[in-house]
Amino acid sequence: MLPSGQTLPHILAHHLEATPDHTAVVLVTGSGEQHLSIRELLTGAWAYCGMYSESGVQAGDTVVDLLPPGADLLFAFLGGILLGAVPCILPFPTEKLDPVRYRENLIALMQVTHPAALVAEPGLASELRGTLPQDPALKAIIGSGGGDQAGAGGAAPERWEGLTRSPKDLALLQHSSGTTGLQKGVALSHSSILNQVSAYAPSLRLAPEDVIVSWLPLYHDMGLIAGFLLPLLTGIKLVLLSPFDWIRAPWVLMQAVSRHRGTLVWLPNFAFNLCADRIPDSRLKGLDLSSWRAVINCSEPMYANSHQMFSDRFLENGMKAQALTTCYAMAENVFAVTQGPVDKPVSIDKVDSEALARDGLAEPTSLGSRRVVEVVSAGPQLPNCSVRAIGKNGQEVGERQVGELALQSDCMLSGYFNRPDATDIALRESWFYTGDLGYIADGEVYITGRRKDLMIIGGKNVYPQDIEHLIDGVPGVNPGRAVVFGIADKELGTEQAVAIVEVNPRHPRTEQVLGLEIRRAVAAGSEITLRYVETVGERWLIKTSSGKLARAANREKFLAEQAGSRAGPEPSGDREPDVE
Amino acid sequence: MDCVVQDIRRYITSEYLNMAPEDLPSDYPLVSNGLIDAFKLVDLALLVEEALHVHIDVSELNASVFDSVYQLAALIKA
Repeated sequence: MLPSGQTLPHILAHHLEATPDHTAVVLVTGSGEQHLSIRELLTGAWAYCGMYSESGVQAGDTVVDLLPPGADLLFAFLGGILLGAVPCILPFPTEKLDPVRYRENLIALMQVTHPAALVAEPGLASELRGTLPQDPALKAIIGSGGGDQAGAGGAAPERWEGLTRSPKDLALLQHSSGTTGLQKGVALSHSSILNQVSAYAPSLRLAPEDVIVSWLPLYHDMGLIAGFLLPLLTGIKLVLLSPFDWIRAPWVLMQAVSRHRGTLVWLPNFAFNLCADRIPDSRLKGLDLSSWRAVINCSEPMYANSHQMFSDRFLENGMKAQALTTCYAMAENVFAVTQGPVDKPVSIDKVDSEALARDGLAEPTSLGSRRVVEVVSAGPQLPNCSVRAIGKNGQEVGERQVGELALQSDCMLSGYFNRPDATDIALRESWFYTGDLGYIADGEVYITGRRKDLMIIGGKNVYPQDIEHLIDGVPGVNPGRAVVFGIADKELGTEQAVAIVEVNPRHPRTEQVLGLEIRRAVAAGSEITLRYVETVGERWLIKTSSGKLARAANREKFLAEQAGSRAGPEPSGDREPDVE
Repeated sequence: MDCVVQDIRRYITSEYLNMAPEDLPSDYPLVSNGLIDAFKLVDLALLVEEALHVHIDVSELNASVFDSVYQLAALIKA
């Protein structure tokens, strides 16, 4: 599947020579489909490679792609690879996002990453040229659109400078969202990416006739690796939809699977609920989903019920229930750490909820028990990965005991780019501390919660401090007195964001107006929609002894109040407050 | 019309926002101000389709036609 070769350019050169006319990517848009062969893809990439060279970008430099979904994004990214540069894809600004906040995020990234070039649509490129502060590393802000003008045969591999890179050199950077995420670029080497693909492909039983269908954004690890590089490097056809089209009409995914006989799809948990609940029957008429052999749940907490809803809903269209499977993945390991079997039912562990919350012990219990909680298995670790659960004393804990999951593999990050401080915290004696809580039973990994305050909303990692910072800027809010956290919403199959905000009682604005203003400020600065905005008086929020706001404690207080009023969500055991 | 406005407003405030219906002005921009995200738009469109037996085209699912309670009500009446 994966040809031999030490770097990404070597693999691409192999495909270009062996199967230049093979359809690598089918881009599905509202108006039709664009088929791109390997040759066309790399010809487009070569044009960008030329633009980078002309601008003075060199091998090893970072190139940031700020483009919307489409062919140019693929060309611009691969152009960086052909040059031996280090590309990274960031979200492009949508209408909803405040341009000032977008620039602030970009500046936060530039101050750490110091890219040599930015690529954006011509309008944004010229705006950024006029507004971004000077950075000696930045050589050019390039307007997109030059990808189609390359001469025939321009992509001849002998001209690729990228072929001179070595396996340990960096191949790309991946970021999560917000100011915090943008300051921590996960730096991945060629060898890590290729080791991931070699280990992951057999776990999926990937074969040349497979077809991967994806709507995931490429700035997300699941989109970039599972939904782009994995098929490209293994020579498998990819049918790529725009996330913007999918969210407005989720059935475009099923239509594409039916039309192209798609076999593999990766989805965050919320998408299982959304597809099961929010697609009218009329849109599914005549669709055949029998080709699906793996529908992989990955990137946010997984619920057994979400799987049930999904397989019930698409049974009539020929979907096989055993196609449902799970995966635990993170950018710091390139992507997958575990993968459930692709032809067997997903293991669901029924454990005692009280023992789990109180003692961190996953004690098997019968379904009849009132205190049962169903934990969905993420499957066994990949053959190149080793996962351990580490207890509070820093020692590995036993089978079925909850601890922080630590990971070792041959496909880990080289470090957080230009952030030795953050790298030292996460990597200890060559083990990567994931911040996720879980346990291991019968060789399978189960995730039960998170040690850090990170929220995962609709599959997207969101740092509460970024949202709190946005709320701080709203007049009438007491500075530094907003706390943001996530709560599980089983109906939607994802997390929802809650903001508790201390307001200045002497400020002339009413609480209602302030609540709406807070929601507006957060959406414009982050594209996150707050589910609950609670404005509170001056003694509601809980502080730690050092005076900081304690998110976990405030979250517990909020959930307890909600349960008391019986109007809100039930308290959930997805976090372990006893683990520091 | 008033009845439709009230129903939509009640649904949006109870299902998405957890706030009192009267706190949401009927002309307040919901999508462009971030009260409703793209996931909720699909949900809202289906609700309107089912409740009132009208068809909403996917191309109408955006801030320019779907932004406030008033606009939604107008779309349904059209």
